Amino acid sequence: MKPALLKELQYITGKEYLFTDIEDRMTYSYDAAVLDPKIPCAVVMPGTDEELGKIVLLCNENNIPITVRGSGTNLSGGTIPEEKGIVLLTRRLNNIIEINEQDMYAVVQPGVVTAALAKAVEKIGLFYPPDPGSQAVSTLGGNVAENAGGLRGLKYGVTKDYIMGINFFDATGEYIKSGSKTVKCATGYNIAGLMAGSEGTLGIISEITLKLIPCPTCRTSMVAAYNSIEKASETVAAIIAGRIVPATLEILDNFTIRAVEDYSRAGLPVDAAALLLIEVDGHPAVVEEEGARVVTLCETMGASNIKVAANDQERDRIWSARRSALSALAKLKPTLVLEDATVPRSRIPDMVKALQQIAKDFQISIGTFGHAGDGNLHPTILTDKRDKKEWHRVELAIEQIFDKALEMGGTLSGEHGIGIAKVPFLKKETGFSSIEFSKRLRRALDPNGILNPGKITGV
Amino acid sequence: MTNMDELAIFVKELEEQLVICIRCGLCQSVCPLFEQTGKEADVARGKLALLNGLMTRLFSDPDGVNKRLNKCLLCGSCAANCPSGVNVLEIFFKARTILTGYKGLSPVKKIIFKQALSNPKTFNTLMAWAGKFQKLLVKSNKTIQGTSCARFVSPLLFSRHFIPLANKPFHKSLTALKPGSTVSGIRVALFTGCLIDKILPNIAHASVKVLQHCNVNLIIPETQGCCGIPALASGDRKTFNTLLAHHAKLLQKQKFDYLVTACATCTSTIKKLWPSLYQGNENSLKKYLDNLSKKTMDINQFLVDVMHIGPYKTHEDDNSSETVTYHDPCHLKKSLGICVQPRQVITASGKYLKEMEDADKCCGMGGSFNLSHYDISTKIGKLKQKSIVETNCSTVASGCPACIMQISDMLSKTGSSIQVKHPIELYADSLL
Repeated sequence: MKPALLKELQYITGKEYLFTDIEDRMTYSYDAAVLDPKIPCAVVMPGTDEELGKIVLLCNENNIPITVRGSGTNLSGGTIPEEKGIVLLTRRLNNIIEINEQDMYAVVQPGVVTAALAKAVEKIGLFYPPDPGSQAVSTLGGNVAENAGGLRGLKYGVTKDYIMGINFFDATGEYIKSGSKTVKCATGYNIAGLMAGSEGTLGIISEITLKLIPCPTCRTSMVAAYNSIEKASETVAAIIAGRIVPATLEILDNFTIRAVEDYSRAGLPVDAAALLLIEVDGHPAVVEEEGARVVTLCETMGASNIKVAANDQERDRIWSARRSALSALAKLKPTLVLEDATVPRSRIPDMVKALQQIAKDFQISIGTFGHAGDGNLHPTILTDKRDKKEWHRVELAIEQIFDKALEMGGTLSGEHGIGIAKVPFLKKETGFSSIEFSKRLRRALDPNGILNPGKITGV
Repeated sequence: MTNMDELAIFVKELEEQLVICIRCGLCQSVCPLFEQTGKEADVARGKLALLNGLMTRLFSDPDGVNKRLNKCLLCGSCAANCPSGVNVLEIFFKARTILTGYKGLSPVKKIIFKQALSNPKTFNTLMAWAGKFQKLLVKSNKTIQGTSCARFVSPLLFSRHFIPLANKPFHKSLTALKPGSTVSGIRVALFTGCLIDKILPNIAHASVKVLQHCNVNLIIPETQGCCGIPALASGDRKTFNTLLAHHAKLLQKQKFDYLVTACATCTSTIKKLWPSLYQGNENSLKKYLDNLSKKTMDINQFLVDVMHIGPYKTHEDDNSSETVTYHDPCHLKKSLGICVQPRQVITASGKYLKEMEDADKCCGMGGSFNLSHYDISTKIGKLKQKSIVETNCSTVASGCPACIMQISDMLSKTGSSIQVKHPIELYADSLL
């Protein structure tokens, strides 16, 4: 990058918030995806909307690519920058601007950490349900850009279901307002909706209005153990067919159960082939009735043991065991590939079977756990990237997982996004013309191609 | 082969430990330094990536990595919360050793470590000499925390309110100790630690009083010195090894069931770092260090788990007892998992324990981090000070002399009347 441009960037943010040393730049060359790093030519950390707008304008005038980064927890490479581009950090744009109790919404800057908002609204009896696994560090800007999900997707939906409005800078530095603070809004295009899952390719978010809902007053959690994973996955399909919508309906296979138990000593049955972790919430009467129906269903479907949490401590133990699944698996091997191919929920039993077959065919270790209730399993491949032969088999297995998911009418990504990792596979799902449509949309809105190039649609 | 190639080979020794990091970034949620700066190079994931960069010869010189690696509190919050179980601290200590070996120690550190710290006797003489002259340089703040500040603008002291060197270090009073009776039959050796010996000897006196009260057979090995952590943190493995060998030799001469210390950092260094970072080939010494590690105990843990002093009681409706809050030192809770016992010692002293918000959050001291990054250290310390003040306590206790110094600095600057004590001091005071 030309020294004159760096000087201009420094003029905008101040010296303290422009990083040009190679050592600093290299720490923004990766995210949580297993992909090759790319070192950007500068990193900026603006403190105001005004600075944000000026940076976009400057970059557009000089054809400098911008990759926005919150906490860099992306699992598809969406925050890996271009070598000719800059990384724009949202860290200092981290104010909760407003929490409106009466109209039940929150207005936040993109750098607010997901868990921080959840905690702030919970204090006044409100609820922001999307809870991606990285919520302790992930930012809401990143959640919107990736359309992040979480454990509660089945009943409460994902990030896009809570977006009421988004204000952002377009590629030319114009400030665009979209959406509204009203429950209904039919004013023009649903631009805010388009921003969900746009992975930083359509605009640079400066303000998000998020819907809040009342906190459920009652909830009950249970663990059902099975001696075959088929029975467990058939129970998932049966619960949904029974018109019950649990807040959370998670599955753990035996491989994951043993890893979690080794790690957390939560008292899980290590000999079970699979576990279902289930929570129903809402009005106390409904919770009682639905809870009882779920227990009966699990029994009829062949659960060998069902344990209902007697109190909050027991409930917390169940969910902390689930939350530690990824950590526990991560300890086993140096490289962990977390997939999120998703199928229609009724196809969960088929997908579980397919994953077991794939692990066998390619001789790799796959731990399977995840959001069975919404069809979003997380086959987790444990490997060592330095073992070239095995890594090749892993790549083939991943492609096979995608093919199977698409065969069943599923999708490549439930909640991690396409980023760089899944670009080559997009055509399989959407076809050529959808990609062309997306490319035309991008070209029209971002003529110089500065907004996170290379992501989603490729170059 | 260039020097950077050579360095890459050294760093490659860390590869097996480095690959464990899956770059999930969860360390960002617990790092007290990252909370202040928001810079990736300040958090474990970034530092591990930088070491990876050294290994792949990304940089033309190691200075930038060295500088960033040293900007760390070594509090271990990241390691304690790491999903993949990366042994962050051990990696950092080893990396600091490699880089210091390559770069050499700074001239000041060279004099301090090589000529003073590594020889406990010389160090004692030097510090006694410094103690006599400090009155000329510093003045008392006349605060309840007993801190001082510089008489004139000093580049080293800034605006610190620091606890001055004691008039009489603990080891000078050793001869005056009466041998305890041995009713319990338990033999305890006390490891004093530099900060307690030279700056906060009251903690050592309180320890002796309590241990004698417990009727243990107490030995305090003479010519003991520094546990070696300051040298290790600066990458001076040689001085660390010298100190380790000195103490092993000294302690091997003594017979004891437990080695007890009142310093969180010394405890965690002796228990974890002495055995894991010992570099020699002497198998018998390695075995001895492993065994010593098992016998080493924090004094609070010793009192509760071995001596079974008073049960844990909260006096919620008892308004008459003094309110004390407790700060968890990183080297006790995050390194060793000790958090219940110090609280039991406080309540066993008849105090009402009131928890502060984020009691286990780092106070920002971080040993030499406080010297090199006083501004950030103070910002982190102020968060702690706020949590303490909000409890309306009259005393804050902590099981680590370094934390005590940092908290004293923070409280003293605001003119607070809150005292800063070690739990053992409270317990000693409660004994008749």
